[in-house]
Amino acid sequence: MKKVYVNEKWCLGCHLCEYNCAFANSGLNDMAKLKNKVIFPKIRVEENDKICFAVNCRHCDDPICVKSCIAGALSKSKDGVVEIDTDKCVGCFTCVLVCPFGCVLPGEDGVMSKCELCTNNSFGSPACVKGCPNNAIVFEER
Amino acid sequence: MKYVIIGNSTAAVACVEGIRSTDSFGQITIISSEKYHTYSRPLISYLLQGKTDMERMKYRGNDFYEKNKCSCLFERTAAKINPEEKTVTLSNGGTVPYDKLLVATGSKPFVPPMKGLENVKNKFNFMSLDNALDLEKKLKKSSRVLIIGAGLIGLKCAEGISGKCKSITVVDLADKVMPSVLDERSSEMVKDHIEKQGINFILSDSVAEFNGSRAVLKSGTETEFDIVVLAVGVKPNTELIAECGGKVNKGIVTDFTGLTSIEDVYAAGDCTESYDITSNSNKILALLPNAYLQGETAGINMAGGSKTFENAVPLNSIGFFGLHIATAGSYEGESYVTSTSNSYKRLITRDNRLVGFILVGDVAKAGIYTSMIREQMPLDSLDFQSIRENPSMIAMNEGYRRLKLSAIKQ
Repeated sequence: MKKVYVNEKWCLGCHLCEYNCAFANSGLNDMAKLKNKVIFPKIRVEENDKICFAVNCRHCDDPICVKSCIAGALSKSKDGVVEIDTDKCVGCFTCVLVCPFGCVLPGEDGVMSKCELCTNNSFGSPACVKGCPNNAIVFEER
Repeated sequence: MKYVIIGNSTAAVACVEGIRSTDSFGQITIISSEKYHTYSRPLISYLLQGKTDMERMKYRGNDFYEKNKCSCLFERTAAKINPEEKTVTLSNGGTVPYDKLLVATGSKPFVPPMKGLENVKNKFNFMSLDNALDLEKKLKKSSRVLIIGAGLIGLKCAEGISGKCKSITVVDLADKVMPSVLDERSSEMVKDHIEKQGINFILSDSVAEFNGSRAVLKSGTETEFDIVVLAVGVKPNTELIAECGGKVNKGIVTDFTGLTSIEDVYAAGDCTESYDITSNSNKILALLPNAYLQGETAGINMAGGSKTFENAVPLNSIGFFGLHIATAGSYEGESYVTSTSNSYKRLITRDNRLVGFILVGDVAKAGIYTSMIREQMPLDSLDFQSIRENPSMIAMNEGYRRLKLSAIKQ
């Protein structure tokens, strides 16, 4: 399946992917409306003085978060996307305790939130990739 | 191929999913003592709290049995396994033949003898949906609730009914809350936080006698109640295996494929014991993720596939009134501790490995620590100084990052 991959050599550390992600999932019609708001992006930039790169859900072939979810709220779609049913999630954080990449995060409403490759919003394909100014994030089959 | 599963909770569902990943045609029969569609057992406290409902707490969708071609015998209890005939005898006398059998019978409440308990009218366990619904029915705004046991079940029950009754008092023989997973400092933090919600604790004490609506404690303290919740502990349901000659220690003994000592009979979930890689010992890990991984492994092997589950680790993720707690592994080793007024972190290392942790308050990205434990990553292969402050991918070595984040093998 096509997944989001990062090339840490090209990442500028600009954090635009975080804004593009938050905007794509906000339902707002203008990114400027995110100004002064706390955002809950599903992709996060990690950086130190030498390197930086973005990390989001790996949509693992054998997803430990899905298997560990106590509510049956996480599942893998037939296309391979690890999806969350936020109606079922009770916010127990078990997925946070098991995700090896730190990619399931609490969302705005106290339940968990995670990257669904923009299949669940009007963008249809990953907004972080589309908006990356240096093509450091790509969406492809590997 | 005839598959029979005794049980209808996590390990059973995982077994069905494991079987169906390998065999689309075999016949699956589920024997369940309860009448309900498979539901998430740990969600019963959230149900009382109003954070979920009967529909949303279903562990799998309404089409689960149909989609996976399972026939269910609800409200039927397995009374006996007959390994020679390869049948299961039901308590109503019927028999169910199997080629491969899974025992996923879970656990039952452990209730120590307490004088006068038999005369207490409103007493409840807190393990099943029926327990929760029965408790809810009896609970009134004026109820004084006495919970025996300050472990996960007792405290989750307290949170679930908080605000729906007059008072909640939790009694435990141990001197701290959640004694099996928290250390002194973290336990104190959790207790303080729960106390602020108006829940009372009586620790290092136990009930000597129930007398009408009064509980007399060993220390002489007396406390009045209308409802008692028994949440002292659980013990695995091992009888079916023990009675037909299978190997049982504290829990049912299986190999890494889920097979018991009896041919074609597998076991998974809270009724079994697992090999905990962090303490190098067999333990009962009555935890949902463990039940899933065991059940799925058993299912795949029952269906002729090949899978082992060899890296079981104790794990707990739990929250009370907005305070989150994440723990894993063993606490034997060298500790690294940091804390603030509202968070606590203790990492335990041994022989160049992370073997356990306790996080209270800030549990973000805890899974990175868990994966270090499960994969037994050598600490000198990553930047431990950095990762002990903040779990991150950036502290991993470049090869690991490239493999995991870019799918590039070196």
